[in-house]
Amino acid sequence: MAIPGLEQLPVLPVVIPLVAAPLTLLMKPGRAPWAWATLVSWVTFVTTLLLLEGVWVNGPIEYAMGGWGAPDGMTAPLGITYYIDLANALVLTLVAGIASVVFPYAYYSVESEIDHRQTPAFYTALLICFTGLLGVTITGDAFNVFVFLEISSLSTYALVAMGARNDRRALTASFNYLVMGTIGATFFVIGIGLLYQATGTLNMLDLHQQLMGQSNRMVEAGFAFIITGIGLKLAMVPLHLWLPNAYCYAPSAISAFLAATATKVQVYIILRFMFTVFGFEFAFLDVALNAFIILGIAGMFYASFVAVFRDNVKQMLAYSSIAQIGYMLLGISFGTVDGVAASLIHVFNHALMKAALFMGVGCVVLRIGYSNFSAFNGLAKRMPWTAWGLIISGLSLVGVPLTVGFISKWKLMEAAFQTQTIIPPLLIVLLIGASSLLAAIYIGRLAYAMLLQPVPEDAEPVKEAPHLMRITMWIMVLANIWFFFQTDVTVGVATRAAQALLDTGLGYGGAY
Amino acid sequence: MDIIEFIVGRYNYWIFITLMMMGLYIVISRGNLVKTIVGLNLFQTSVFIFYISIGKIVGGTAPIIVGNYKADDSYGDGHGDGYGADATVTDHGNSGASENLHDTDGLDLPSNSLSADVPAGGEVSAASGSLHQMPETAADMASGTDAAYASVADAAAQGAEVIYTNPLPHVLILTAIVVGVATTAVGLALAVRIREAYGTIEEDELEAEDHFAEFGVPLHPEQGQGRGQGSQTQGGAA
Repeated sequence: MAIPGLEQLPVLPVVIPLVAAPLTLLMKPGRAPWAWATLVSWVTFVTTLLLLEGVWVNGPIEYAMGGWGAPDGMTAPLGITYYIDLANALVLTLVAGIASVVFPYAYYSVESEIDHRQTPAFYTALLICFTGLLGVTITGDAFNVFVFLEISSLSTYALVAMGARNDRRALTASFNYLVMGTIGATFFVIGIGLLYQATGTLNMLDLHQQLMGQSNRMVEAGFAFIITGIGLKLAMVPLHLWLPNAYCYAPSAISAFLAATATKVQVYIILRFMFTVFGFEFAFLDVALNAFIILGIAGMFYASFVAVFRDNVKQMLAYSSIAQIGYMLLGISFGTVDGVAASLIHVFNHALMKAALFMGVGCVVLRIGYSNFSAFNGLAKRMPWTAWGLIISGLSLVGVPLTVGFISKWKLMEAAFQTQTIIPPLLIVLLIGASSLLAAIYIGRLAYAMLLQPVPEDAEPVKEAPHLMRITMWIMVLANIWFFFQTDVTVGVATRAAQALLDTGLGYGGAY
Repeated sequence: MDIIEFIVGRYNYWIFITLMMMGLYIVISRGNLVKTIVGLNLFQTSVFIFYISIGKIVGGTAPIIVGNYKADDSYGDGHGDGYGADATVTDHGNSGASENLHDTDGLDLPSNSLSADVPAGGEVSAASGSLHQMPETAADMASGTDAAYASVADAAAQGAEVIYTNPLPHVLILTAIVVGVATTAVGLALAVRIREAYGTIEEDELEAEDHFAEFGVPLHPEQGQGRGQGSQTQGGAA
C-alpha cells in the first residue's frame, strides 16, 4: 500500500457513502442532510484521489473483502475482491469529483424543486446512488457489479420520480426507466449466469483466465446478454428510449449528476467486460466492435439530429448525451489503445461539460421556473453568469479549441486515422466532424436565444442564481478550460489506463 | 432419440427460456402498468430458475458437512467428544467439500467440459461441468476417507452417498431475489403515484395526456378530445 495506516483505503469510497446514507434519513429536513451529503462527497473524493495517486505510483491495488483472498496454492480468491487499476481509479475519481461539486450545488435547486419534508429522503437516495456508482466501478467481481448496478439504479428511479412536483411526467419517465433498466440488469445477470456456468467463477481476472480459448455458443450468448444489458443501461442507440425523459423531468441537480456519472460508469463496465474479462482472444469480440461502429455513428447522428428540434433545453441536452455516448462507443470500437484512450478521455471530458450545462439549466429553472427555449430568451442580459457559463460549456460540447471538447474530438480523430475498421478512417473522421456541426447547430440555437433574442417584455425581472450555484457551476466551466491546458492529467492517465485495459495477457491492470 | 433426450434432459432450461420470453412479451405488449410489473417479475423469476438449475444436482444435498454424522452418538451432549474422536473424519469431510467447490471453480479441470455432450444415461438432469464432476468427486472423497470412516460404518455409508449441491448460485440468486423484490416495490409505488397524478395506469391514456400537455392538441383527435381535456383539468387540479 502506498499510504501506511490506510490499508482499508480501497473499500472506503464504497463504505463511507453507504454508511452515511441511512444516517441522512434521520436528520431534520433542510440544511443538515445537504451539508452532511456534501461533506461525505468531499471525504469520498479525497479517498478516490488517494487511490488514484496510489495506483499511478505503485500499480494496481487488490483488496480482498473480509480477508477472503486467494488461499495458498490457488489463484482465484474465495470472496469478493476489489481491483483498482488506472481505468477504475480514473472513473472513480471522476464520479466522486462530480459528486463533490454537484452535491453543494444541489441545495437551492432541491429546496425549490422538492418537497421540504422529503429532503432527507432525497439526499439518502442520492448517497445510495453515489455508493452504487462507485461500487460498480471499484469491484472486481462480476456478480457484485450487478448488485451495485441495481443499488444505483433503484435509487435513481426514486430520484427521477421526485421531479414529479414540477412535472408529473417525471413519474412516467421514471417508470419507463425502471422497466428498461430492470430488463437491462436482468439480461446482464443472465449473461453472468452463463459465464459462471462455463467457468465456475465470478472473479473478473479468473474469468479471463478460464475463458481463454473457450469460444462455444454458451460463452457467446453470455457475452451478447452482457453487452445488450449494459447497452440498455448505457442508452446505446437504439436502446436509449428511457433516457431523454428521465433526464428531462428529473430534478435539475439529479440531471446534472446522472448525466455526468451514470452513463460514464456503464461505459467503464463495457470496457471492463470487453477487454479484461473477454479480451482479444475471444473471437466474438470483433462482432461487437463492428456493431459498436455502426451503433456509435448512428447514435451520433440520430440523437444530435433529434436534439436540434427539441424545445426543452434539458431534453435537448439529454439527446446530446446519447449522441456523445456514440462517440465513446466509436472510440471503443477501434479496439486500439488510442481508441480506448480517446473513449476514456471523452468519458472524463463529457462529464465535465454535461455537468456544467445541466447545472446552468438548473439555475434557469430555479429563477425562471422552466427550461423551454422561451426561458432562455435574452438570458445573457438577465442572468449573465449563467448564460456565459452555458455558452462556454456548450462550446466545449461542440469541440471548440481552448475547451476540453476539442481534446476529445482531436484524440478520437487521431485514433480513427490509425485504425483499420469496416469503415475507412477518413470517412469516420468526416462523420465525426459532421456530427460536431449538428452539435454546433443546437448549441448555436441556445446561444442565439441567450445572446440575440430580446428579453420578453412581460418577463418579471429575475435575480442571478444564488452564489453557491453560480460558483459550483463555474468550477465545472473552468474545469472545461483548465483540462484543455492540463492534458497530461487526462490524456496521460487515460492512455496508460487504456494500455492496462488492453494488455489482457497480463490481466487486470497489467504491468501498470 | 437423441433430440428427445436433448430436449427432455434440459427441461429446466426450457422452462427458463419459456418463462423469460413470456415475461418479456408481457412487458412489451401490456399497456397496464401493473401488468407490466407482473411481466417484469416473471422475467426476473425465470432467471432465478436458471441460476438454481446451474447449481442443482440430482440427489445433491445442502452444503453441510455430513462427515461428522454418528450413528452411535447423539448430537446433544456428546458433541464435543464427537468432534475430538472424529477429527480426521471431519477433516476429510472438509477437504472433500472444498474440493467440490474447487472443481466447480473449474481450476483443475478442462473448463470446457461443459460443452461436452448429453449426460450419459440421463440420470443427471442438466448438463453442466459441476454435474459431471460432482459424483466423481464424491467417489474420490469416499475412497480417500474409507480408512477414517471404517471406525464408524454408518458414517462411511453416509459419506459415500454425499453429493453436494453447489451453493454459490443459490446464494447469488438470493441476492437477485432481493433486488427483484425491491424493483417490484419501487415499480408498484410508482404506479400508485402515477394513478394519483394522472387518474389512470393505462399506458395509451398516459401517452395521450402527456401528448396533450406537451403540444396542446389531442393525440387522437377523433376519439381522445373530450377525455384529454377532462383529464388535463383534473391533472392541473392535482
